[in-house]
Amino acid sequence: MTATATPMQRLRLGALLAWPTLALVGLALVPLVLLLRISVAPPDLAGMWGHGLTLAAYAAPAEPEVARALLHSLFLAVVVATISLGLGFPLTALITRMRRGRQVVWLVFLLATLSLSDVLIAFSWQVMLSKRIGLSGIFVALGLIDKSDSLAPSDGAVIACLVYLVLPFTVLTLFPVLSRLDRSLIEAARTLGASPRRAFLTVVIPMTRGPVMIAFLMAAVLTLGAYAPPIVLGRPQSWPMAVLIGNAALAGHDLPRASAMSIFLLGVTVLLALGAAWLARGKLRR
Amino acid sequence: MMASAFMSAGRRVFLLLLAIFLAAPLVVVTGVSFNATQRMSFPPQNPSLVWYGVFFHDAGWMSAFTLSLTVATLAALVAVSIAFPIAYAIWKYQSRMGKLLESVARISFLLPSIVLSIVFLVFWSWIGHAGKIEDTILSHAVVFVTLPLTTIGLGFRSVDYALVEAARTMGARDSDVLRTILRPIVLPYVISGLVFVFILSLNEYVIAYMVAGFEVETLPIKVFNNLRMGFQPTMCVGAVLFMLVGIIAFSLVALIGDLPKLLGGRQ
Repeated sequence: MTATATPMQRLRLGALLAWPTLALVGLALVPLVLLLRISVAPPDLAGMWGHGLTLAAYAAPAEPEVARALLHSLFLAVVVATISLGLGFPLTALITRMRRGRQVVWLVFLLATLSLSDVLIAFSWQVMLSKRIGLSGIFVALGLIDKSDSLAPSDGAVIACLVYLVLPFTVLTLFPVLSRLDRSLIEAARTLGASPRRAFLTVVIPMTRGPVMIAFLMAAVLTLGAYAPPIVLGRPQSWPMAVLIGNAALAGHDLPRASAMSIFLLGVTVLLALGAAWLARGKLRR
Repeated sequence: MMASAFMSAGRRVFLLLLAIFLAAPLVVVTGVSFNATQRMSFPPQNPSLVWYGVFFHDAGWMSAFTLSLTVATLAALVAVSIAFPIAYAIWKYQSRMGKLLESVARISFLLPSIVLSIVFLVFWSWIGHAGKIEDTILSHAVVFVTLPLTTIGLGFRSVDYALVEAARTMGARDSDVLRTILRPIVLPYVISGLVFVFILSLNEYVIAYMVAGFEVETLPIKVFNNLRMGFQPTMCVGAVLFMLVGIIAFSLVALIGDLPKLLGGRQ
């Protein structure tokens, strides 16, 4: 709103934003602050949390199991985000160059996979990777594995399922920028003698680095938050932080512990965001 | 010439492999849902629709299915009711408050869903309101509000300002401009925002589970609960129905509007 706004305009703007402000402050900001508060409350197994202040729940990462889960979450996030970007970037670039009809078919197809819950996708992967449904048989025929067996639970199954979940989001994030990318700039670089690789590094990367960074971060965040896929497809010894948080809240009835662990997971998220921002800047300078 | 033919073949193989990767779970689950027996086999043996009959006559599955549809529809409407005023305020008044609210919405979408589930569990218990359907609806609406905010924002930005100026010069009031110029241009973007929230809410599992999973058992929650007890072909029927809902919803969006443009592609 500009400085010349009349009181009438200001009133109208206030009325316009009253409900969104109430909703977002009341249902997003207040709950987040509450999470911080609960994380320093003593646990109360009968109710929800006790009165008073304690930092006991913040000692959780000292337990080897929690420390390993945090590292495993970070590992999964980086691997899944890298693979999704590696597949999603060329896929989006190819989709933007298709004729309109094929473009729409691919987009509806990707959006349809988006419309399957992570539970249902994890379940489908479990069905596919089971011994009965011959995917492992195909792998034996290709010489990838020795004998037909169930391919889940394993880290590979979790990663495959998460990449599947994340890929449509990657494409949707990259689609606008790749679709609007001014191709004449690439052609200009090529005419001036740049190799395709150099044109990609010096023209395409700098122009798309913002959305690429957001796509990476979104893939990482979706992975960090995923609860059902690791339970369905992973081994208990490599459960990520999300499963431990869920267990602390549901099985352990310890909300302060679940809150403190959530804050550690938020820490990992912020770390990844800073890392992605730093990488994006580094690529720009080159 | 050879090189470019090689490149285009490479592209085609890449697209084909990705299409197989994306289609495989959908095909396998659909196939398994047609099995005549309770066994999980693919390709299906003696294909039949028997499990579809079981699903539609089972009160538990049907109530989970309709509950999911109800939650998703209301969450989509609430999310758009929050997103539209913000997008309009940013476009019309360059409102700083609007931009602030937009960042709050963006940040809540960029938090891991397990963290959000704890946040909402703590919040609804704190106000002593845990386990109600409203909790699931409002939590979903707030988490997914950034999607209609993005699509509706795109819609407003695609409005040619000269049109608005022309209407003003001819004496149109704000409400006239909103009705005659903005509505037809922005409406498809509002619908695509609605569909995005609807689909994501329909399939969101962990927040719904934490907030009210025992009282408000949506289809993903029911599938997850059953998954622990062992395989049932009816779960595949549920998955197939959700797939159909998704394909139909997004195909409708593609029919009403220009899908690539609605997703922010080239104008």
